[in-house]
Amino acid sequence: MLGYLLKRLIQMLLVLWVVSVIVFLMMSFTGDPVFMVVPIDATDAEIAQARRLLGLDQSLMVQYWKFITSLLQGDFGRSYVFRQPAMTLILERMPATVEMVLVAMVLAVVVAIPLGVYAGANPNGRLSRIIMSSSLLGISLPGFWVGMVLIYLFAVNWGIFPSSGRGDTAEILGLRISLLTWDGWHHIVLPAVTLSLGTMAILLRMTRAGMMEVARQDYMKFARAKGATRGDVLYKHGLKNALIPVVTIFGLQLGDLIAFATITETIFSWPGMGKLLIDSIYRADRPVIVVYLMLVALIFVVINFLVDIVYTLIDPRITLK
Amino acid sequence: MRDAAALSPLLDVRDLRTYFHTFAGTVRAVNGVSFEVGYGEVMGLVGESGGGKSVVGFSILGLIDSPGKIEGGKILLEGQDLVEAGEERLRTVRGREISMVFQDPMTSLNPLHTVGQQMDEVLRLHSDLGTDARHKACVDMLESVGISRAAERLKAYPHQFSGGMRQRVVIAIAMLASPKLIIADEPTTALDVTIQSQILKLMRTQIADKGASMILITHDLAVVSEMADHITVLYCGNVVERGRTRDLIENPAHPYTRGLIDSIPDTTERLDRLSQIPGSVPDIRNLPTGCNFRDRCPRAQALCAKDEPVLTPQHDGLLAACHFPLKAGERP
Repeated sequence: MLGYLLKRLIQMLLVLWVVSVIVFLMMSFTGDPVFMVVPIDATDAEIAQARRLLGLDQSLMVQYWKFITSLLQGDFGRSYVFRQPAMTLILERMPATVEMVLVAMVLAVVVAIPLGVYAGANPNGRLSRIIMSSSLLGISLPGFWVGMVLIYLFAVNWGIFPSSGRGDTAEILGLRISLLTWDGWHHIVLPAVTLSLGTMAILLRMTRAGMMEVARQDYMKFARAKGATRGDVLYKHGLKNALIPVVTIFGLQLGDLIAFATITETIFSWPGMGKLLIDSIYRADRPVIVVYLMLVALIFVVINFLVDIVYTLIDPRITLK
Repeated sequence: MRDAAALSPLLDVRDLRTYFHTFAGTVRAVNGVSFEVGYGEVMGLVGESGGGKSVVGFSILGLIDSPGKIEGGKILLEGQDLVEAGEERLRTVRGREISMVFQDPMTSLNPLHTVGQQMDEVLRLHSDLGTDARHKACVDMLESVGISRAAERLKAYPHQFSGGMRQRVVIAIAMLASPKLIIADEPTTALDVTIQSQILKLMRTQIADKGASMILITHDLAVVSEMADHITVLYCGNVVERGRTRDLIENPAHPYTRGLIDSIPDTTERLDRLSQIPGSVPDIRNLPTGCNFRDRCPRAQALCAKDEPVLTPQHDGLLAACHFPLKAGERP
C-alpha cells in the first residue's frame, strides 16, 4: 500500500511537470502579454520597462526556470492584471465553482441511478423508452442553450429563480459558501441544473447498459431463486456489479465540471474560477492561466486516485498495486 | 409402494406448458409435461440439451422471464397451485420451500458479496433468527457441506474458492432454510470429474438428513441412475417416458430412452465405436407432425408421422409415449 501511494505520488508530480511544460510552451505562442498591460499610447521605452518588470525580456528557458524555482518555494506567480498572487485569485473563486458542481453532481446521481436501474431492468417498457429518449436530449442539447432556456422560463417569464449571481454567502473557515444561506440555494438551482443535465444523461445510460449486462448473469437469477425482493436483486446484487464504469465516468465528469464549468458560469454570471479562466485568457494573463491549468491537472490526478480506491471498495477482486 | 390416493405427492406438475414468444415464432420449450415428486424422493429429469429440462425447473420457481410465459397447466406444491400464485407468495416459496442449485458455480454466486453475506441473506429472508443465531447457522451449514474453518471462510469472497468449493457453498445456500424440495440443474456438469462424485454424494446426504425431495436435472443418465428413485425423460418439451429408475434403466420402453442408455460408454465391453443416437434434436420452433423422435427412431413407421403418441402404461409400470414401444428385454 505504501509503495502504491509512493508510486502514485511520483506519477502525480510527473503529470504536473509535463503539464507545466506544455502550458508554458503554448503560452509563449499566444502573443505578447505586455501589450495587455501597458496603455495604448505607451512609448517604446515604457513597453521595454514593463517587459523587464514582468520578466518577459528573458529567454523562455530562463522564464521557465524562474517559474519552476519560485513554484517550488510556494510562489505561483502574480497576475499581470490584478497584481495579486495567481493562486489566491483562483482559490478565492474555487468554493463557488466547487459548490455548484457538487450540487450538480448530486442531482445527476440521484436522478440518473434509479432511472438507469429501472430502464435497465425493464428495457422494453414504455417508461424506459421515454427515459432513454429524454437522456438523448440531455446528451445532445448544449449547456449554453439549456441555460438560456432555463433563464428565459424560470427567471424572465415566471420569476421563480434569479438569473445571475451567487446571492448571499456565509463565511465558514474563511470560505464564502452559498449553500449556507437560503438565498444562495435560490441562486444555485438554475446553474446547477444546467450543469447536471449532461452528466445525468451519461450516468443514466451507463447505469442502464451495466444493468442490462448484469441482468443476464446467473447470480441475478440465483438471488431471485433465494427469494430476494426485486429491489434487493436490482440494487444489492445488480447495481453493485454495474457500478465500476459508472464510477469511472462520475470521476471524469466531476473533474471536467470543476475545471471547465466556464460556459455555465458565464451565462449565469457565477463568480467561479471558470469565469476567471476565460477572463484571464482574454487578457493574456499568463501566470493565472498556467497555475489554473496545473491546478486542474492536480484535481484530475486526485480524483482518479480516489476513483481507484472506490474500485477496490466495490470489487474485492481489484487490488491497488 | 406408496398409495397414490392416500398420500398426495409433494409436487404434482400437470400438463405444464411454458412457451417463449420470440420474433422467429413461438418456442414450445415445455409442451405438456406432467410428473410427480413424492416426499423424500429424488426425481431425475433427463434429456438432451435443448429438451426443456431447465425451463421446467425455472417454471416451478416462477422464474421464467419475458419472452417466456407459462401458458398452461398446474404446478401443485402440497396441493397449492404455484402457477396461479402471485409474486409475493412465490417469494416465500423460493429459498424456503423450494430452492435451486445452478449448473455453473463459477457464475451463480455474486462476486462482490462475501460467502457469509450471501448465506445470511437466505436466513434474513426466511427466518426470524437474530444476527448471532444466523451466523451460527451459517457456520454449521458450511461445515456440514465439508468446508473447514467455516467461520473464517464466511468472510471470503467467491473468487477465493475453487469450483468444487463454490458448488458446496451453493448447496449450503440451497439447504440453509431447510426447503422441502431442491431443484438441482446439472449440478455437476461444470465440475471436474473427480469432484463430481463428491458433490453428488454431498447432495444425497444433505437431502437424506433433511428429509427433502430433489429434482435432479441432468443429461447424464449414469448420474441419474445412481441418485434418482424415479426418472422422467424429456424430448422436445414432452415427456416420452416415466418410471422407477431400475425398471426404466434396465428395460426402457421408449426407443429414445434406449438410445440414451446405449450412449453411455460401457467399460466392461470393448467397442470399436461408441453407440449414438443418429441425427439431432429437431428445430423446436418447427416440430414435425406426429412423433418428434420419428426421424431418429429405428422403429418408426407410417403411423408415427401421422399421430402424436401419448403416455400409455407399459411393462413394469413404466409410462411411455410411443406407438411401437419396446417390450421388456427387447432391443430396437
